[in-house]
Parts: sequence; C-alpha cells; structure tokens
Amino acid sequence: MPLERILPSGDLAQDEPQEYLWTMNFGPQHPATHTTLRLVLKLDGERVVDAMPDIGYLHSGFEKLAEHLDYNQYVTVTDRMNYVSPMANNVAWHMAVEKLMGIEVPPRCQYLRVIVAELSRISDHLVCNGAVGLDTGAFTYFLYAFNPREKLYDIFEALCGARFTNSYTRVGGLTGDASPEAIAMIREVIRELPKTFGDMERLLDRNKIFVDRTKGIGVLTKEEAINRGASGPVARASGVTRDLRKDEPYLSYADFDFQVCCATAGDCYARYLVRMAEMRESLKIVAQAIENLPEGPVSIGIRDRASLPPKGMVYSTIEGLITHFEVLMTNRGFEVPCEEIYSATEAPNGELGFYLVGDGSSRAYRARCRPPSFLHFALFPHLIRGHMLSDVVAVLGSLNVIAAELDR
Amino acid sequence: MDAMPTRTTSELKRAFPTAEISEFRGQVRAAVPVSSIGDCLRFLKEQLGFDMLVDLTCVDYLAYRGATSRFGLVYLLLSVDRGERLVVRTFVDDPQPAVPSAVPLWQAADWLEREVWDLFGIRFEGHPDLRRIVLPEQFTAHPLRKDYPLQGRGERHNFPVITRAEG
Repeated sequence: MPLERILPSGDLAQDEPQEYLWTMNFGPQHPATHTTLRLVLKLDGERVVDAMPDIGYLHSGFEKLAEHLDYNQYVTVTDRMNYVSPMANNVAWHMAVEKLMGIEVPPRCQYLRVIVAELSRISDHLVCNGAVGLDTGAFTYFLYAFNPREKLYDIFEALCGARFTNSYTRVGGLTGDASPEAIAMIREVIRELPKTFGDMERLLDRNKIFVDRTKGIGVLTKEEAINRGASGPVARASGVTRDLRKDEPYLSYADFDFQVCCATAGDCYARYLVRMAEMRESLKIVAQAIENLPEGPVSIGIRDRASLPPKGMVYSTIEGLITHFEVLMTNRGFEVPCEEIYSATEAPNGELGFYLVGDGSSRAYRARCRPPSFLHFALFPHLIRGHMLSDVVAVLGSLNVIAAELDR
Repeated sequence: MDAMPTRTTSELKRAFPTAEISEFRGQVRAAVPVSSIGDCLRFLKEQLGFDMLVDLTCVDYLAYRGATSRFGLVYLLLSVDRGERLVVRTFVDDPQPAVPSAVPLWQAADWLEREVWDLFGIRFEGHPDLRRIVLPEQFTAHPLRKDYPLQGRGERHNFPVITRAEG
C-alpha cells in the first residue's frame, strides 16, 4: 500500500518536540552506509518522518590539496574521490586540465580513455547494484555482481600496474600504452560479462521480494530531479533524457553507437534498471572501441612540452631528458593560461565536472570538483520522507552515494 | 575575447546592461555585479529557461594576478531542454562577503551554498539553514581561503576527545 507523504518538517532541531516521535542515529559506522555516512532519522513508529544527513566524516580537503599539487600529481588524489571508479575520475580530471591548456589528445589515447571510463562505469554499476541487492537481502546476488569486478581490476592492473588507485592518465596522454595482453583481457571480458548481466537480471529483476522493496520507494519526479541538480542514472531514471556522452560528446564518444538508458518511474527500482541497462550499453561501447582502436601514440609529442616523454626516451635521448626536466621543474612546467574553465564528463554516478582556474603556474589556482554524490545525497531527506525505516537502505543504495566524493 | 552574440547573451545584455559577456574555449560566461545577481539568476531561470543549477562554487582571488575583488562566485547553469550552458560569475569583497541565496530558485543550491559558506565564509542571505556542512560546527576558519595554510592552524590537535567513559 502506498504510504501517504508526511509534509516536510524542515530542520529537526527547530521542530517542536512531539512526544511520540523518536530520533534514531544511523551511522556513521553501519554496514548499510558502506562508508561513513551519518543520518539522524526522526521516526513515527517505523515510518521516517524526517531525515537529517550529517556529512563530513571523510572530509579530506582535496580541493585544497589541488592548489598544492601540480596537474600530474593531483591525479593520485582523484583516484580517491569516487574510489569505486577511479579511472573515470582520472579521465575527468585530465580532460579538464587539457581543456584549460588547449591540448587535443591523440585518437588512440581518446579511445583508451573511453575504454577505461566505460569499464569503470561497469565496475561502478556492478558494485552499486550488487550493494542494493545486498542491502535488501539478496546476498548471493552481491557475490555474482562482485566476482566479475575482479576481472576488470585485472585489466586495470595490466594497463597501469595498479588495481585500485589507478592514476592512469597524464596531461596529454596516458602512463602507458595498452599491451596486447591487456587488449586480449578486455576482449575476454566483453565475451564473459553478458553472462554475468544475464545471471544478475534473472536473479533479481523479477524477484518479488526485491521488487516489493524497491518499486515505488524513493520517487523522484522529473521536475524535482532537474531542480535539485540530479544527474547520471538518478536523473535518467526520473525521465531526464540527458547523457553528456551524447549531448556534449567528449573524447571520441561521437564515434560509437549506443543508447541512452532512461526510465520514467523515478523510484529505486527504476534506478536499478537504468544501471543494469547502462552496463550493457557500456559494454557495447568498449567492444566498438577495442575493435576500432586506432594505431599511433598514446601521448602528445614532446614538442608541446606538456606530456612526460616515455622513460626509454628520457634515458636514451637528450630531447627526452630535457623535456622530462622541463615538465617537472617547478619554475618551468606547463604552459597554462590565466583563465577559468568548466569541463564535465558523464561519470558512472552522474555529472563529474571540474571548474579549473589557471594562473600560469603548473598548479591549479583553484580546482573545484563537482561531485555527483554530493547533490544526490542532498536528495535523500526528500526521497525518504513517509517511507519505512527499512527503505532507508534501499534508497541510500540506489543513490550510490560514495562518501569520499561526498565529503570532499 | 568577445563572445558571439546568442539569444541568451543578447537578452541578458538587454535586461542587465552591466553584465559583461566573455568566452573562453567555447564557454560563454557572464560577469554580473553583486547588486543584481539575485535578479539576474531569477531572470535566467524564469525567462531564459536555465532550469538546472549544475554547480555553485567560489574562487578566492587573494593572490591572483590582476584580480580586483577578493572572491568570485561561480554559478554553472544549464538549460536541460536546449542543452545550453552558461557560467554566471559575480564578485564580492571583504568584510562580510554576502550574496542573496539561490535556494528559492534551485533546491540544488541548498547544500552547495552551505559548502561555500563552510569553506569560504560567504554568507547567503535568505538561505533556510546556513550551517557548516563538511567541517565540524566548532571550526572557526574557512579553509579554502588562500590565507589559510595547507597544514591548518592546529585545529586538528584541539578537537575535543571523548573518552570511552564519557561516551
């Protein structure tokens, strides 16, 4: 039975005390918050009257750090923003830097960045949907979703040497080219993943318990989604047909044939379905990119004095050695205009953008990160009002809030 | 660089003659004096259809070459139907930097303004609940300001410690 919405009561602290309502603390250490989120819930029996998110437990000040690390060093910090899909953050960061500097990366680099960004989208959605299943009681499902993620980590390891904190991109290129082994691994994953998606869909899509717990829960209308700044799968599940890969094609997304997955219901189940559908579309993009992977360098040449030359060149040629020094020396470094730029990508969670202010030095004067989780978690009190306590975890899971990104 | 006039920029210029339009790498930006920022945002939302506030942030221009004001506020607007973006900037100065809140226009501004208040100390007048958001309530500084050191001012060592017996 659909529950009547109780009118928003605003701030918990300012409300008049009502004897029969009680306050429950949820988190910051709770298995269903996945990381450190804290919610103060005001309950009428088991019904949530209001929720007050309290964030900041993982505040690491990464925007301050950006002002003290150069454009290449900072990529290590972007790994730690949305740590479920670090590659997507790397790509977003260096795309913004390159847009500020006016660098166009070579086609092979663009394709490889698309591949890693889409693989990390699959990895992110596997975790998110797996965790939604886990939180609503489908533990086996979680294992089915988590297992193929190991294969994706193997690919990342083959590409850049790190499984989790990848730091794969550099200004004007990548740390290294994809080896034939890595490409073979990607081809294998393209063959195997549809089986996983099929397993997941068969396990949960029509599972009565799961559908009952997610359908009609946490409904976000299209107008609210736009007004409240939702993006990515959360907005698309509410009928906002917006995908930056289509609407503002960056890298080489214009070359690929894929669909934008949308739903209109705007509830937790719709968000789940949109993520499931998006994984298949991402796999389509990866398959097209790997078949049409252009030959050529993965970084812009050393003449632009922006990308680090390959190590072999540094050790064997004078030009390579000089460029290496010039890029790394603090009084030389990159040529950056005294300008401001906003660059956005369609990260797995939504619009991940960077607002960069350059001041001519090789460090950003200001590097604002527009984190999708931050705006999505702000939706939470609105989505949960009137629902039951057990729906908190379903809504929280379907928003895919990553605390490291949320707490800045 | 002067921007190519579009419908948005020409209408904005007609309604707000003091707005300065510029363009960089295809991105259109409008600088609006702080006295008219509230009206300007309302005009952009209600008349020109910028229905989404993508981001709201701040830049501290304390050490920036050629800057005339201390803080620059940046509103990133988007018209979802047209897919058009617009960057609106306004500048505020010490002491007591303040701008009108955008929460009545876009709910998204709620947490974004709280974050700017927390990290830069800019007041948003008319915000329903302007509290710190990522830092603890007892924190006194605004750490993303340029005069705040990277290592902090020792706040970390002075956090209240709750022992197991007290908690």
